[in-house]
Amino acid sequence: MSLSAPLATQRRSPLAWRPSTRFAFASLLGAALVALPILALALTALSSQAASIWPHLAANVIPTALADTGRLLLGVGLLCGVIGVGTAWLVTQFEFPGRRALEWLLVLPLALPTYITAYIYVEFLGFQGPLQGALRALTGWRSLRDYWFPDPRSLVGAIFVMAIVLYPYVYLSVRALFGVQAATLVESARTLGASRGRLFWRIGLPMARPALAAGMTLALLETLNDIGASEYLGVRSLTLSIYTTWVNRSSLAGAAQIACVMLLLVVMLIVIEGRMRGQRRFALPVRQPRAVGHVPLTGAAAIAASLACALPVLLGAVLPIGFLAVEVLRRDLWQQADAALLRSLANAVVLSGLAAGIVVALGIGIGAARRQGREPWLPALSRLASLGYAVPGTVLALGLLVPLAGFDNILANASVRWFGFNPGLLLMGSGAALILAYVVRFLAIAVSGVESGLSRISPRIDDAARTLGASAPEVLRKMHWPLARPAIAAAALLVFVDCLKELPATLLLRPLNVDTLATTVYGHASRGSFEDGALAGLLIVLAGLYPAIRLARASGRRG
Amino acid sequence: MIAKTHLHALALGASLLATPALAQSVNLYTTREPALLNPVLEAFTKDTGIKVNAVFLKDGLQERIKAEGANSPADVMLVVDVGEINAAVDAGITQPIKSAVVDKTVPAQLRGPDNNWVTLTKRARIVVVSKDRVQQDAITYEDLADPKWKGKFCIRAGQHPYNNAFFAAYLARNGAEKTEAYLKALKANVARKPGGGDRDVARDILSGQCDIAIINTYYIGLMSKATNEQKGWYDAIKPVKTTFANGGTHVNVSAAAIAKNAPNRENAVKLLEYMLAEKAQALYADGNFEFPVNPDVKESAAVKLLGAVTPDTTPLGDVAKNRKAAADLVDKVGFDN
Repeated sequence: MSLSAPLATQRRSPLAWRPSTRFAFASLLGAALVALPILALALTALSSQAASIWPHLAANVIPTALADTGRLLLGVGLLCGVIGVGTAWLVTQFEFPGRRALEWLLVLPLALPTYITAYIYVEFLGFQGPLQGALRALTGWRSLRDYWFPDPRSLVGAIFVMAIVLYPYVYLSVRALFGVQAATLVESARTLGASRGRLFWRIGLPMARPALAAGMTLALLETLNDIGASEYLGVRSLTLSIYTTWVNRSSLAGAAQIACVMLLLVVMLIVIEGRMRGQRRFALPVRQPRAVGHVPLTGAAAIAASLACALPVLLGAVLPIGFLAVEVLRRDLWQQADAALLRSLANAVVLSGLAAGIVVALGIGIGAARRQGREPWLPALSRLASLGYAVPGTVLALGLLVPLAGFDNILANASVRWFGFNPGLLLMGSGAALILAYVVRFLAIAVSGVESGLSRISPRIDDAARTLGASAPEVLRKMHWPLARPAIAAAALLVFVDCLKELPATLLLRPLNVDTLATTVYGHASRGSFEDGALAGLLIVLAGLYPAIRLARASGRRG
Repeated sequence: MIAKTHLHALALGASLLATPALAQSVNLYTTREPALLNPVLEAFTKDTGIKVNAVFLKDGLQERIKAEGANSPADVMLVVDVGEINAAVDAGITQPIKSAVVDKTVPAQLRGPDNNWVTLTKRARIVVVSKDRVQQDAITYEDLADPKWKGKFCIRAGQHPYNNAFFAAYLARNGAEKTEAYLKALKANVARKPGGGDRDVARDILSGQCDIAIINTYYIGLMSKATNEQKGWYDAIKPVKTTFANGGTHVNVSAAAIAKNAPNRENAVKLLEYMLAEKAQALYADGNFEFPVNPDVKESAAVKLLGAVTPDTTPLGDVAKNRKAAADLVDKVGFDN
């Protein structure tokens, strides 16, 4: 090295990479983790066993599954969009009775696992449920031969159940945008005398597009990889087809092939999301944003707004939570509250908490790399890191089994050879495998949360800070972190709640003698009636409730 | 806050690492339900001093043991469905069970190839009808395809493993062409899209949605014992004697195998022998209204409720072999659409 080289370069230790490279490393790590099960899956799909089953799948399984899945996605997307955007607009723009409470109550349905809400609606709307019971008592009708009643075990039922659980994804991300960013524009438009309708259609909705796309993508991916509710409600989705192909034909290869078709669909969804976000960037001005003032509503309009916002809360949270609580009382389920249940609670909280921490750390690295790095492959890496969210939990867990257990075996054999001691399976035996599965599965939430948090910070801030001599990590720590913290905290809480609810990967990858709340509910449901698991179900909801409320508050301030 | 989380994490880590105990223990991988197995496992530990470490899975038991390979802690796998246990043998993750007690207690046709698995209990898949609307005491599976049941027949998804095994048995007896015709005729009779669980068909009989349905026997037993609304479902149905034309009743098994790399093989054998003895058979079979495999158990709850069942003579191995073909036919006729 010549002496004329700048001193700074010479003093650099080998570990001190170019700042963006350090974050790029986080991107690589995240993407590699996610790529692991997907590659395992692709390899399985290409195996020789697969060739023989493909024609059958293509002719008899995939067309129906695609059609059903398409209808499901369309329905859930529309309903989530209408509920999410509509309620977000109402609570950010207007003042009406109950607005302050509804603003955070609207997030609550997220605390419920989709499969639990599905079970509850089948009971609630079922023949022995309160509605049909009351109807029969009123009319004297005796059986379903005398009258017709909507059956939740149908495509429409599935659309309703999933939308009522998942709309908060849209609500949260759109509300954050309406509350802060649209403020200046909306106020100017109001001053110029624009009507309420015009405000919404010409300013609110177009501005909400990137947030709508982000929230909708999460909701639709959840819909796509759902298995519990789809199976119970009788929707032959792609995910369910993957599952039955695997279980009945013992054909993991066939299952992997359908999973690959599904991944293609997901890549399409993500590309569409990218297009919808498009080149539009709604970065904040450097000045602190001001929240928009609420326009008071009166009379019928006020009541209508209250009702419109209360209805999703009622259907998505109050009714299901009330149902669980009533079952706990009616069946005397308190006796289940023993040490084992408390251990399940502790396991669920610790596993979910650790996973959320790791996910968010990786998410910040990936987000920072995308913002500060110039490498053209960084955006692609962050997209790849998000793919895990699209893979159904069962498939993901199966894909992780081979590499993780393989790693364990190599380690155990090496230990035996060098130290004469067999530590057993390190990852599979310790719950680390499960945490890794959560990380792969939910990394997308952190990536999108961090990205949306950072994208609202004007690049001019970065430029100013760098001009004044701040290093890239300093910009992240001193400028981005404080500004994006609410969005990042929101992502962490969301991941935590999702891990609490996760079932299929938890079932497959947990070590001996370890249960979580979700597996406890499943244990009861598979044994007898799911109502026997109402207490554990209620605990999932309660454990998720606090983060959900925090979430609502955090993103309500200036997301 | 952070310190607290760390403490929890440590506590969890400690409890996780503590599992592979050095004391006498046996590790069980099962797809059966915790509430059903726990009483038997607790009795086993009490009587033998051997601790049971269990993981209750849904699917993927075979894949997990295979991936865990030589260092897998799995000793015993306990599953439902002959297809699943045979698949485990085919995957090469089992070993022959060497036990005179097992050989003596369980007839050879209820054990796997080279003793690689053993039946613990049997369950039958039978027809139930509406107590009020159908006057019939016996039926054949073939009769379900009769157009007189049009719009009156209820069944869970055709791709569900219980139906898959039943259709596989039909296929083994009748061949592909007749089975396809049978599936089409059944599909033409359904009152609603095939789906839900086995108990749901009883509820749908109560609600008047259907008159006739197919169900696993132990669900009938469990509903008869229920103290909630399921008692009402039970009261609405009547089990009828169900057989194949010129044959017996379709029976499936719950079965156990010993893992190829079992670290505690002797304890694994002890657990299986224990589960086949009269005491555990009563606990395990009666706990779920299944038919005990041990012929010395005379009075079982299932027999008391439903009477004795004569199993169809189609070998279980043939049923297992026809599963994939049956699944293909179900897709082909669009049974679940």
